[in-house]
Amino acid sequence: MLVSEKIVKDFVNNNISFVTTVPCKQLAGVIEELELSKKIYHIPSNKEDEGMGLCAGAHLGGKRSAIIMQNTAIGVTINTLVTLIQYYRMPLPMLISYRGELGEPVACQVEMAVHTKALLNQLNIPTYHFHKESDVEELDSILKYTFMCNKPVAILTDATFWKGY
Amino acid sequence: MIRAEILKELIPIISDQLVVCNIGLPSQELHMTDDQPSNFYMLGTMGLASSIGLGLALAQKKKVIAIDGDGSVLTNLGTLPTIANNVANNFILLIIDNGSYGSTGDQPTYAGKKTSLTKVAKACGCENVVECQAEDTLSVMRSALAGNKMTIIVCKCESGNIKVPVITMDPVVIKDRFMKEVAIGRV
Repeated sequence: MLVSEKIVKDFVNNNISFVTTVPCKQLAGVIEELELSKKIYHIPSNKEDEGMGLCAGAHLGGKRSAIIMQNTAIGVTINTLVTLIQYYRMPLPMLISYRGELGEPVACQVEMAVHTKALLNQLNIPTYHFHKESDVEELDSILKYTFMCNKPVAILTDATFWKGY
Repeated sequence: MIRAEILKELIPIISDQLVVCNIGLPSQELHMTDDQPSNFYMLGTMGLASSIGLGLALAQKKKVIAIDGDGSVLTNLGTLPTIANNVANNFILLIIDNGSYGSTGDQPTYAGKKTSLTKVAKACGCENVVECQAEDTLSVMRSALAGNKMTIIVCKCESGNIKVPVITMDPVVIKDRFMKEVAIGRV
């Protein structure tokens, strides 16, 4: 099974039915897979903080939600993560493309990559890093953990994981 | 009319509805005048009331009113295309457009100058956009609630604030009682 299929299957098996995305080249396959899923309402957002607002609303409505975005979005969403998602104790799996790691062709992406883990650490956000394809096996447990503890949880997925995308 | 007067007038018809209310004075005014478990007060994060409201409307069947301001919509302008392209007919977005950032000292917004949020919403693809004067808000909201069509109301009013206490309720309490209210009657 392709990694993107496995990710969407794990979402569905964990009753995630509302997913927002801001695209990244690395995430194109998983976004395509989401579009195909009949069990998930896919709502593209224009900016990641907007997307977190949509997810917060779906959560209030009793649905499990998730966001898919690039690591540059950590810079965009710190206030929303702290004063909405964490302050109101909302669960939010964040599948994040970890741009700027090994295999990265665009130098500017490294500038945010060097801050990504430090920022997530500063925000006390549980963070997992998928580097090898087999790391995806842990996704199901990470999703269960997220909805157990009602926190935002980051899953960083780098270029090696996506096989150079 | 200023926002506080409009909210007070709306209370009889929105009190029993799910309301997601914008950060700062709008939430404080609603909280002071008509605190209800069916009110979700935003204590932080400017600009996301419309996004939270849309997410909530798409996730369940009850009607949802998001009370937003012109400044907040300008902060999160990307919300309007998302609303237009993800129609939820149980969603009403009320933009109280007083042309100023009320909670921060009434600094003017661009919506009070050349920018028309009504036209922006229409250009984004929102199909049912009603602009009204403050005095007509009650009747426009009544029609929106009676209908079954996603509605964006842009209510043009005067800027100005009343003295209100801050909300000291814990955010988890606000969320918990709101979610219980949302869940009542769910099958």
